[in-house]
Amino acid sequence: MIGLYIVTGVALVISFAFDRKKTWAGLKKGWMKFYKTLPSYLFLLMLISFILLLSEDFIIENLGQENIFLGLLFSLGIGSVTMMPGFIAYPLSRILLARGVPYMIIAAFVTSLMLVGVVTYPLEKSYMGKKATILRNIMSFLVAAGISLIAGLFYGELV
Amino acid sequence: MKKSTRNYLLFSAFLIFSFISWLVQYDFGLAIWDNFLVFARDMVLILPPAFILIGLFDVWAKNETIEKHFGKTNNPMRFIYSILLASTTVGGTFVAFPVANALYHKGAKYSSIFTYVTAASLFMIPMTIMEASILGLKFTSIRLLASIPFIVIGAIVLEKYFEKTAYTLPRVDQK
Repeated sequence: MIGLYIVTGVALVISFAFDRKKTWAGLKKGWMKFYKTLPSYLFLLMLISFILLLSEDFIIENLGQENIFLGLLFSLGIGSVTMMPGFIAYPLSRILLARGVPYMIIAAFVTSLMLVGVVTYPLEKSYMGKKATILRNIMSFLVAAGISLIAGLFYGELV
Repeated sequence: MKKSTRNYLLFSAFLIFSFISWLVQYDFGLAIWDNFLVFARDMVLILPPAFILIGLFDVWAKNETIEKHFGKTNNPMRFIYSILLASTTVGGTFVAFPVANALYHKGAKYSSIFTYVTAASLFMIPMTIMEASILGLKFTSIRLLASIPFIVIGAIVLEKYFEKTAYTLPRVDQK
């Protein structure tokens, strides 16, 4: 985080030294982009705060399915529709592991959590367009499934 | 009603709801507000410098440079550049979407930007370290190594499709 501020500061100083006008144009462009998507960001944060509250207990109760493929689909689904920061997701995964949930299911949950963003749809749409957003999320869902299956193979949970 | 107006109204309603929850000590409302603060703090810290950098990138980066490394020359190294760029992106997809959009308008290929966006959510360095320390190095290594071929293949498949349909990403810096 501090690195980001240092990089930004240095970049600004260098940019100003080379070309004042261009730098102002750049700042204006950055501001325009930010301003245009701010409402989407706010809406998103609100939604996530709400979902996060409902999802934690639900996940602990439901991820340990008897049938491993059912569990896989279920965790991919939950991972796709929820969103939570790492410092909540990883300890949660650890609790699940301790309860005997297979690594494959955890991989599915963690990967789809990061890759597939149903709640981030409005934000992604404003930058990538509707079609690219939908297709990228479908692709990511399949990628998450593939990664989990490989993790399952490595941990000997599949065969 | 404009979508941005709707979102602002919803957000104001949320603020009022939270304030009332605080007045009457309504637990459910207070818990949502706590979650909101956790996310909002990150956003407030990360987004301003991120958008300054994106703006500077827009005016300084030359189209030819981006095309050469991420674009039409079909340089296979573009996948590696995209993943490297992604791993240093702070803020995950929230920041990766606008960056991908800027790269695209500078001439990056679809396969580069899809690799970038996907990798940005998977390969963030601080997140990866946290994951390995909590869930184990073996787990994290399997997950990340397995994801690279999938990400690249997925990005190429999407690119094939989008090039055929002449799709373009929206521009966000105009009024």
